[in-house]
Amino acid sequence: MANSLQLAQQLKAKFGDLIGEPVEFRGEWTVAVADAQRIAEVGVFCKGELGFDFLVDVCGVDNYGEDPRWTLVYELFSLSHNAYLRLKTSVSEEKGEMPTVSGVWRTADWHEREVFDMMGVRFSGHPDLRRILMWEGYPYHPLRKDFPLAGKPTDLPDVAFSKPAPLEGGPFVTLPGGKDSGAREPRIRNPETDY
Amino acid sequence: MKVTTQEIQFGEAATRASHAAAELPELQGEKMVLNMGPSHPSTHGVLRIILELDGETITKATPDVGYLHRGDEKIAENMTWNQFVPYTDRLDYLAPMANNVAYALAVEKLLGIQDKLPPRCQYIRTICCELSRISSHLLGIGCFAMDVGAMTVFLLTFTEREKIYNLQESLTGARLTTSYTRIGGVARDLPPGWVEQCRKFLREVVVNIAEVETLLTRNKIWVDRTRDIGVIPKAVAIDYGLTGPNLRASGVDHDLRKKQPYLVYRDLEFDVPLGSVGDCYDRYLVRMEELRQSVSLVHQCLDKLPGGADNRTKEPVSIPDGKITLPPKSKVLSSMEELIHQFMLVTTGVNAPAGEVYFGHENPKGELGFYINSRGGGTPYRLKIRSPSFCNLSVLPHLLPGHLMSDTVSILGSLDFVMGECDR
Repeated sequence: MANSLQLAQQLKAKFGDLIGEPVEFRGEWTVAVADAQRIAEVGVFCKGELGFDFLVDVCGVDNYGEDPRWTLVYELFSLSHNAYLRLKTSVSEEKGEMPTVSGVWRTADWHEREVFDMMGVRFSGHPDLRRILMWEGYPYHPLRKDFPLAGKPTDLPDVAFSKPAPLEGGPFVTLPGGKDSGAREPRIRNPETDY
Repeated sequence: MKVTTQEIQFGEAATRASHAAAELPELQGEKMVLNMGPSHPSTHGVLRIILELDGETITKATPDVGYLHRGDEKIAENMTWNQFVPYTDRLDYLAPMANNVAYALAVEKLLGIQDKLPPRCQYIRTICCELSRISSHLLGIGCFAMDVGAMTVFLLTFTEREKIYNLQESLTGARLTTSYTRIGGVARDLPPGWVEQCRKFLREVVVNIAEVETLLTRNKIWVDRTRDIGVIPKAVAIDYGLTGPNLRASGVDHDLRKKQPYLVYRDLEFDVPLGSVGDCYDRYLVRMEELRQSVSLVHQCLDKLPGGADNRTKEPVSIPDGKITLPPKSKVLSSMEELIHQFMLVTTGVNAPAGEVYFGHENPKGELGFYINSRGGGTPYRLKIRSPSFCNLSVLPHLLPGHLMSDTVSILGSLDFVMGECDR
């Protein structure tokens, strides 16, 4: 059993300058990987030698207005050591591409598809890099900081209904811009007029 | 997405037969593409799977998720910490209180106040988590059994879940969208009589769990439909990032309540059931045992509850710190300092330090994790939800091929996913 710090130091001893000094916050250790293009190599070592057999999560962060723009966060867990370790690496907007780690941990397949879908970072060597949450053909990457919260209008792929809704025009359907049902149908009798 | 379809032409029977004889090996290779979902009774929501079939055998499965994507992570970046609590209800909507607790604990980890939570609050939160687990597993087993054809089990488990909803309603004011936690505590204390109601429920639910057990565990049809179906070996389960009962059914001893204890799990006694094969039957058995363990956990929490059932000693249920939790309303209207605290908390949110944390919580479906990247202030810069259902479903392309079409229903039922959480 080794703790997160010892494992991070072993990682640094192996790769030297590629790995930054381990940083602690709230009991969690984070190491920076200087070159995103070597992330798969680091991943193989983490899994094979350090026992980080469980990739918990991959998260993309958009540092909008800064360079490099993308930060990729890999949350690793070791079942044998019962320890977490976080790897962080950065990719510039022009490059926008880094190697996949889906060959190391297969769970990375979907996580990387999600990062690609939401942020637009591409993963070279990924077996099936398609959008996962948004639909195929959607033109934007919605978790980018320059994408508005309200969204942008897009052509929907296929609108399911083109006919009027079954009750449209009926007495109980509120028309857009019209009075709501409470105002159309007064439910409380007015004693002065009703009697 | 590329979906290839093939037109099959039927000629005259005799010609077909002679062709078939000549081209038998090729004919066996003819595949049919079948679309399952997004609206299908066994997909428990809106999961779509594109199956490639050779006869009745699945040769390829491509899950298509995202039909329930609401952009929760984007929404979180635009609101204060406490405002996001209602959105966590809608992740795993079968265990909303567990999500509330997971999110609150993650933010509290960022604030560095996890150890300062009052004991009564920690016990109440633990009770919430375990009640959610009972509720979620009851539904999981009930739907699984119904999909495979055992309708009675579903009726039994739903009757019990209804009682949990009643408990939730009297505790939080809402049956489904509980939004019970606040950063630094819970919204309100247990109402009078709640502990007794809860104990009554626990006494009743064990009877029904035993009833379900007699209906399923040695039922020939049930065993035939689940045993050795959908076997996930240990290594595959870890490789695909499976968590929760699905991981433990494959024999991996990993439960965050034991391995990374939070709340009061350190002081409670419970066992973590493990499977040996990793098939659908094991996943069912693991959930059944977890139900019993959860019942025992709630009993223990109720026994140890600081302040007792009616809280005569006035134990706090929130951190009494005006910079984290809202001050009492009576003081807001009469005291300057509390008024300022209230104003600041409501308008700008709890002031968090810059930094990043990940907190993994043992939810009923698996490890629900929140990765929070904060640049300081009342809103997250980036909030990533690591949802167990998303990872558990990613094993499908590996798991389904080689099984019969009808086994898909067993496998989906046994994985016990919920799409609100998968698609976020």
